[in-house]
Amino acid sequence: MTVAHVLDLLNTVPWWLVVTVKAVIVLVIVQTVFAYSMLFERKIMAWMQLRPGPNRVGPWGLMQPAADAAKMLFKEDLTPKTADPIIYKLAPFISLICAMGAFAVIPFSESSAGIWGVADVNAGILVIFAITSIGVYGISLAGWASGSKFPLLGAVRSTAQMISYELAMTMSVIGVLILAGTTSLSGIVHAQAKVWYIIPQIFGFAIYIITAVAETNRAPFDLVEAETELVGGFHTEYSGLRFGLFFIAEYLNMITVACIATLLFLGGWNAPFGLTIVPGLIWFVLKAGLFIFMYIWLRTTLPRLRYDRLMNFGWKFLLPAATLNLMVTAAIVAVLG
Amino acid sequence: MSIGEAPPGTSNLPIPPTPPAPRSMDLVERVGNTMTLSMGPQHPSTHGVLQVVVEISGEIVEKLEMEIGYLHTGIEKTCENLFWTQSSTGIERMDYLNPLGNALCYMLGVEKLLGVTDEIPERASQIRVLLCELSRIASHCVWLGTGGIDLGAISTFFYTFDIREDILALIEVSGGARMHPNYLRIGGVNGDLPDGFLAKLDRLIEKFPTRMRELRTLLQNNPILRDRMIDVGIIDAKDAVAWSLTGPSLRGSGIGYDIRRAYPYSGYETYEFDVPTRTEGDAYARFLVRLDEMDESMRIIRQVRKRLERPGPIMIDNPKIAQPAKETISLSMEALIHHFKIVSESFRVTPGDVYQAIESPRGELAYYIVSNGNNRPWRIRTRPASLYNLQALKLMAPKNLIADMVVMIGSLDPVFGEVDR
Repeated sequence: MTVAHVLDLLNTVPWWLVVTVKAVIVLVIVQTVFAYSMLFERKIMAWMQLRPGPNRVGPWGLMQPAADAAKMLFKEDLTPKTADPIIYKLAPFISLICAMGAFAVIPFSESSAGIWGVADVNAGILVIFAITSIGVYGISLAGWASGSKFPLLGAVRSTAQMISYELAMTMSVIGVLILAGTTSLSGIVHAQAKVWYIIPQIFGFAIYIITAVAETNRAPFDLVEAETELVGGFHTEYSGLRFGLFFIAEYLNMITVACIATLLFLGGWNAPFGLTIVPGLIWFVLKAGLFIFMYIWLRTTLPRLRYDRLMNFGWKFLLPAATLNLMVTAAIVAVLG
Repeated sequence: MSIGEAPPGTSNLPIPPTPPAPRSMDLVERVGNTMTLSMGPQHPSTHGVLQVVVEISGEIVEKLEMEIGYLHTGIEKTCENLFWTQSSTGIERMDYLNPLGNALCYMLGVEKLLGVTDEIPERASQIRVLLCELSRIASHCVWLGTGGIDLGAISTFFYTFDIREDILALIEVSGGARMHPNYLRIGGVNGDLPDGFLAKLDRLIEKFPTRMRELRTLLQNNPILRDRMIDVGIIDAKDAVAWSLTGPSLRGSGIGYDIRRAYPYSGYETYEFDVPTRTEGDAYARFLVRLDEMDESMRIIRQVRKRLERPGPIMIDNPKIAQPAKETISLSMEALIHHFKIVSESFRVTPGDVYQAIESPRGELAYYIVSNGNNRPWRIRTRPASLYNLQALKLMAPKNLIADMVVMIGSLDPVFGEVDR
């Protein structure tokens, strides 16, 4: 049986079955990656902080994610008396579904048979932004429906923060879209075969990194759950699995923005220095991993910004800078053809 | 022997009945369209068990009221039922970040009452100074670490606790326990420093400057940290005095008042050190003052280290106060009697009262000790530096953000073991 036979066989399978199987595979892999990126973060943080990190469950703590998951599952799921029960219970799912949905259109690599991913949408980047921006509803509804004061403050902060940083983030990405002439993620990666967009779009990249950190509520922009001010922020009242879902959503969002950064600025699965001997998927994972490492590094090093400074920074610096970057890029492309 | 007998010049006043305490959430009155938020006593950044009831509009603090007492343990009252020699056990547990400082202050006070201040051997004073300065560094390490966490700089905690760990190990070598060694005694210290202590101290002295440099690199010029601290929680010199601030909180406002300079004790007048003072009066000034103090403390420690080369007695030569050495008990009748007397009924202290202050890491820590001639203190009253410093929050916090209030609490460095006692 040759490859052609297999492909023929595949063509007889109904499309919805193919998509479902692909989606399940991607979800399982993404969940595993989430679990180990959590362990990766804890280990890296521990080493930066002169301590060994998780090392009790399995060799080098490799079973720690499983232990954490088991713990989350068996914890009591509390609903405060003052909470709005339906929205309170729904909110974590909104967050998680939006975080997972983004992976439907991310291409991880490519072979002669096509893109490695669930779907290759010709407006991929727009779909991702559309899905992830709904995620803010999860957080703000969670805080609002908790019927408690600290989550309320967290929700107000998060809504303001995520909306204002989303603008600058989208602006910073448009420069790439102009250069590539397409909104398809695979098309953008193909356009970077010769030179990665981090070089012509270095300002766009810098703005993207900053806004991405803010967009995913990570340190030093983790004001939404600033535990020393707002205890736990929007998820103060959540416990057990529902808290776990928020946690998963946060990490998945982090992986999503790392993937987008890789696709848009770091050449996706294109091999650097002509090292095509290493498969594209490995390059993709390495580049995204580098980005996640940077996240962790920031978290261990920097103090948190103050809320009003964060808003000032977003509106008065990042947004104008991203707009300027976009205009200059557009002008140059227009002049040089 | 009756415990309640008042010393001459004082009397047992009847205690007036106290009205029932209000609910803590009712402490502040609502003003207009505000929300009452209770931060603490279980809140990550109130440094223990402070409860701050704030009226906020948006995230701006309009009014606040502090509720203390969640860690009240009645140490002062307990001391009235303990021998002079036993009280220090409880007293060390007041300010749990500076137990040796607490003990020293109490010892100095009792020694002053006994009139033996001048008879304390030099080496004992040197060991006391050494341990107190080490405690100061350890205490500032905790402040810096937890202050970092308040700001979201989580790694600082581990770097400072690494230094603190070395210091606690040293204290363990000297007194046998890491935090509450009960090593200081009325009249000296309990036993000489063991072999290997000085070598261990040398390693710390050698390692310390590098560690401080690392911490300063990480924090001092960090733009986010400067942004969070500069012009936050300003107290000018006049207010600082009016609100009875002491310690780094006062020196950050430009007044270089340090008990070690103003009223030297344990031979501080013979050491060379500067009193770091800054004039800005904001949280960043207090931050820098404490960082500089850590360096100055190390400077004192280096000087003590040199003096400790010379051996000498470590306990007062007065068998009525000092326990005789264990090995002499089975050989000398006198020693056995003194040992029995001190263990079973301590000693009696001349009637009178004394106010003894020292410079704790948080400011002026003082004990007002009253004796009625008994073998137990009649009254011990603490002047906890944190309690007085903490009041300034009411002055600083209104019209500021909650996030800034957290920084302000951190910059005052309260320890609730001391505030609530």
